[in-house]
Amino acid sequence: MASALINVPKRAKAGEIIEIKTLMSHIMETGYRRTATGEVIPRDIITSFSCRYNGVEIFHADLFPAIAANPFITFFTVATESGKFDFEWIGDEGFSETASASITVE
Amino acid sequence: MHEHDHSTRRQFLGLAGAAAALGAVPAVTLRPAEATPAMLATAIRNVVGGAVVRTGKVKLDVPPLVENGNTVPMTVSVASPMTADDHVRSIHVFNEKNPQPNIGNFKLGPRSGRAQISTRIRLADTQKIVAIAQLSDGSFWSASVDVVVTLAACTEEVL
Repeated sequence: MASALINVPKRAKAGEIIEIKTLMSHIMETGYRRTATGEVIPRDIITSFSCRYNGVEIFHADLFPAIAANPFITFFTVATESGKFDFEWIGDEGFSETASASITVE
Repeated sequence: MHEHDHSTRRQFLGLAGAAAALGAVPAVTLRPAEATPAMLATAIRNVVGGAVVRTGKVKLDVPPLVENGNTVPMTVSVASPMTADDHVRSIHVFNEKNPQPNIGNFKLGPRSGRAQISTRIRLADTQKIVAIAQLSDGSFWSASVDVVVTLAACTEEVL
């Protein structure tokens, strides 16, 4: 069900600073909302996001209920070598999603 | 007779007031606790420990007036060369009045190239947002912004 949108430049010059944009579809239920009958809706959020560049973690985020639904996160990295970015989202109720993108560095 | 009337009226009003107060108490406690400035201070202390947090270096971009608190664009950037010797280790974002004081913790490093992150956040009320960055030398820098929110997020009822 869940799906990710990743935006990574296809090619970059060595040493260039590139922007990586990620979006994961997820409700990010805060755990503080109630139904009309007063029952608390249990928390269901993504708690952790990480990005690996050829196996080395270059970015990590801990997320809280204050992150809006469908977490959109952008960050930067230095394009050092051709290879692969691996993204991972981990959350409540066993939520776990991965995505990847490749880059050619000249 | 007249005096008696007055006293019963007063008693009635007193009782009504007490009843209203009793009724109001559970209504208040049912609501999720708001993060108080004290909780914000505790959350910040959990990150920085006893270190001094200085103002500066950090830039926190959030619209000053937000119509819908459910999705508020936010960008945090830190003035840093991002070299192996001098870089931003982490960025932490906090709020004052959501049910929880934390918004997000972001781990960066010399490979980030630029100390800048963006995301979309939720704001339950008009409040202050604080961003704190830890640099590689262990120092902490912060920036804060006041945001006015018209439609609150996080705690609304689902129909």
